[in-house]
Amino acid sequence: MGIICTMRFLLVEDNLDLARSVVDRLRLDGHAVDCAGTLSDARDCLAAAPYDLILLDISLPDGDGRDFLRAERRLGRDTPIIVMTARAEVSDRVNVLDLGADDYVTKPFDFAELEARCRAVLRRRGAALQTVQHFAGLTFNPLNATLGVGNELRELRNRELRLLEILLAAPERIFSKDQICDRLFSYAESVTDNAIEVYIGRLRKKIEGSEARIETIRGIGYRLTSR
Amino acid sequence: MSQAPLSLRLRLVLQLLGIAAVLAILLYFTVRTIAEQAAEATHDGVLGAATLAIAERLQGGDSGVGIDLPYEAFSILGSISADRVFYRIEAAGKTLTGYADLPLPPRTGASVAPVFYTAPYRDTQVRIAAVKRTVLVARVAVPVLVVVAQTQLGQDAIAQRVARRAALVGLGSFILAAVLSLLTTGSVLRPINRLAEAVGRRGPQDLRAVDHPTPAELRPLVSALNGFIARLRGALSRTETFIAEAAHHIRTPLATVRARAEIALRQAGSEDSRETLRAVIRAVEESSRSAGQLLDHATVVYRSDRLADEHVDLSALIARLVMAIEPIAELRDLTIMVAGVENKIVVRGDPPLIESAVRNLLDNAIKYSAQETQIDIGVEKKGKTARIELCDRGRGLAGQRQSRLTGRFQRGENSGDVVGSGLGLTIVEEVAAAHAGRFELTEREGGGTCARLFLPLV
Amino acid sequence: MRTIVLAIGLITCLLSPAAAFVVEEETLFPATGVETQILSVLSTTDTAILRPVILGFQARNSSVSVRYTVASSQEVYAAIHDEGIGYDLVISSAMDLQMKLANDGFAARYRSALTDSIPNWAHWQDRLFAFAQENVVLIVSRAGLNGLPVPQTRRDLIEMLRGHPEVFRGRIGTYDPKASGAGYLFATQDARQSESFWRLAEVMGGLSPRLYTSSNDMISDLKQGRLVLAYNVLGSYAGPRLADDPDAKVVELEDYTLTLLRTGLVPVNAAAPNLGGAFLDFMIGTQGRRLLRDDAGLPPTDEMALASGPYLRPMRLDPGLLVFLDRIKRKAFLDEWSSAFSQN
Repeated sequence: MGIICTMRFLLVEDNLDLARSVVDRLRLDGHAVDCAGTLSDARDCLAAAPYDLILLDISLPDGDGRDFLRAERRLGRDTPIIVMTARAEVSDRVNVLDLGADDYVTKPFDFAELEARCRAVLRRRGAALQTVQHFAGLTFNPLNATLGVGNELRELRNRELRLLEILLAAPERIFSKDQICDRLFSYAESVTDNAIEVYIGRLRKKIEGSEARIETIRGIGYRLTSR
Repeated sequence: MSQAPLSLRLRLVLQLLGIAAVLAILLYFTVRTIAEQAAEATHDGVLGAATLAIAERLQGGDSGVGIDLPYEAFSILGSISADRVFYRIEAAGKTLTGYADLPLPPRTGASVAPVFYTAPYRDTQVRIAAVKRTVLVARVAVPVLVVVAQTQLGQDAIAQRVARRAALVGLGSFILAAVLSLLTTGSVLRPINRLAEAVGRRGPQDLRAVDHPTPAELRPLVSALNGFIARLRGALSRTETFIAEAAHHIRTPLATVRARAEIALRQAGSEDSRETLRAVIRAVEESSRSAGQLLDHATVVYRSDRLADEHVDLSALIARLVMAIEPIAELRDLTIMVAGVENKIVVRGDPPLIESAVRNLLDNAIKYSAQETQIDIGVEKKGKTARIELCDRGRGLAGQRQSRLTGRFQRGENSGDVVGSGLGLTIVEEVAAAHAGRFELTEREGGGTCARLFLPLV
Repeated sequence: MRTIVLAIGLITCLLSPAAAFVVEEETLFPATGVETQILSVLSTTDTAILRPVILGFQARNSSVSVRYTVASSQEVYAAIHDEGIGYDLVISSAMDLQMKLANDGFAARYRSALTDSIPNWAHWQDRLFAFAQENVVLIVSRAGLNGLPVPQTRRDLIEMLRGHPEVFRGRIGTYDPKASGAGYLFATQDARQSESFWRLAEVMGGLSPRLYTSSNDMISDLKQGRLVLAYNVLGSYAGPRLADDPDAKVVELEDYTLTLLRTGLVPVNAAAPNLGGAFLDFMIGTQGRRLLRDDAGLPPTDEMALASGPYLRPMRLDPGLLVFLDRIKRKAFLDEWSSAFSQN
């Protein structure tokens, strides 16, 4: 059940528990993740393969993540880097941005936020990822949030986009309302059942004119299918 | 109980002025005394000379004492000053000529050299010279006393003139000494002031040792200060390390918990376990947010005492913050509209604090906005202040007073299920106060809240 | 006859109750307006001379009546010193007596903008002020000289007297220092100035001189041909009276010519000291000086005039003047003068 927009991450994190959790969580969304426990491992990984994004912890056994960041930028390597910091102070945040980080997230992070930030970073970088997905006459570009139906290009709002991503990751599969809710709304928000129906309704309008359609399986959930 | 000790400058100035005053008074009296003595000596000399001139013309003879008052003797008495002159010539207890009531010398031991004394005579005080001669009258030795008196108007006039001059000299020297003592005090205290300035100018982060050139007397103070700075730096750095470690050690497992919970939630089947997992995630989020705001608040409190005084361009600051927070807003389909950031609007203040305040406002707006609404943020000049205005379409204030919402750990009654610590608005309010600015919250027309932060322009 | 008795009859003044001294003349100048104040002046200067000044003063001060009393210098001195009569202003040409009054504390202090402006030699303290300066001169009759040259110095005079006793015998006039205060003052000042005075006294004494108590009398006798020359005559009297006499000549001797200062003082017991001071101010002031010079014939004090005559010797207002007032000194001086003068 991989996601359409798959990215190749390098996670630099020394805490094994966290590293495994993050890797699992990202893989759940279909991303490819390599994990490095030290800075030297990270350098080995970078030398071996290209990455779309680096997730970088600050305190590592063999040095400070900020030194690594500075060195990367000085060497002219511009792989996007998002720093994961345990400290939330303004000065630290400004500091890492000044050193050349593209963004930062504060631990513990919301994966929806992390993904949004990754998307924003890649969008800003104008990343040339092979991200466009085709399905039943739909041409979906999650990075710039556009949906092509025939010759027409339709813009998607963020939640419509994410809803489409969820459904498009496994066409024909039925997603329960709960499953969709958890991924569409923040855990801190309270959501009514018909909130999802609103987004389903909107998305149906956006895919009108293609072969694709969203079926309501009464009492169970929704699925994307083609006519 | 104990009064603040006098300032060094005041102490020095007062003591130097005291010394100057004593010296000036001494100078005044010395000049006066010497001048008066000199004037008296001069007058006595002339008076004595006149008396002697008369005495030398005394002659014996058969018929009586021969007296020939020399014109010049009297004339010369008038040459120094226009003083009245009296005289008396007495032989064997009988006044021969002159003013018979002129006082005689207290001791009759008047001799060849003139005796001087002062006595009241008629309507005034007179200075008197008396001299004794013996002449032979019909071969009998007759003692003759010549007494010449002069009023002291001239001498008094000189004394007055001298007193005035002496007072002027005293006053002049006092003023000169006062000016010099002020200059001296200034120059003595200048190194202290320079040192204080050099230390005072430092920003809140500057904990370098003081290497300002200082005179030897101040070196113990400076080295004590440097010792203190070093200890402070050590303590601060240990604290920072500790906080960083602590944050790392708490937040990293929290991140693991959250990630695991999210994964589990994805895979969970029963509604019960899903609800539990949601609660776990919410709890993690809440503790993380609280920790962040507590740190922010601590920073505000710490930095408020020693504000950095820098130029902060609010336009750039807002643009940067909006860009950083936009991905989160997008998650809820919120649009952030920014206005007024085309031109620089510069205020004076502490950049981290101002950023903290604006970020908290933005966080709040995003948290409380209804989904798919718009947040307006703008900055503009209003007279001598810059106004940052941030309006959302959230749940508004529900009639609560601002003072209640900005109190520490106070949350609005309508905050409901939104995660928060209740410190966000406190931080904004404290930052405004620290910058001599103002913060206000108002109900937005058509629903929602408007927050305005006013900061004084440069 | 050595003395000539004054022609004026002496009168005792009944208007001044306390006055036991001899008054020559007393005149009341009634106020031109409503009288509110009376200024009493005791003076040695004849009423006729000072009248224009008094009238000028009254023109300015219309409410002031002036009682002007004339007496000899000795009487003026006695009235103040011995009898303490309360005049508001005392004017006298006897500098020595005025000086003694001031020295002995009978003169009050008086200060005004005008008294502050007068030169040092013309006042003593703030008590005694000079307002007129008069040269003491020799007057000669050209006809009487009978062709002899007019002497310019005392040496000339002595030689001329020695050389031509027949011309001058019995026809020389001078003050009697025993009877005249002014004469005594001139003689003593002469004696101070120069030893030649004693030679002159001896020479004159040998020529049966006529002794006077008034300059006016000497001038009259010269005009009438009774005198060939008169020594020590007040120039202020001689000048106006001999101006139109082609025969008479006023000589300011070039070895030295004494200058007498006519002075005024305000007594300590003056009833209206401010009035006395005001009159003094008036005489020192511009208008008073003009009146003194043009109408009274008294030369006002004038430093320029002194500077232009290098032979002029103004008598100094200082305690030296007291010396010849000393009883013993006076007796000694007059004894010596008599012996020099009466060798004939």
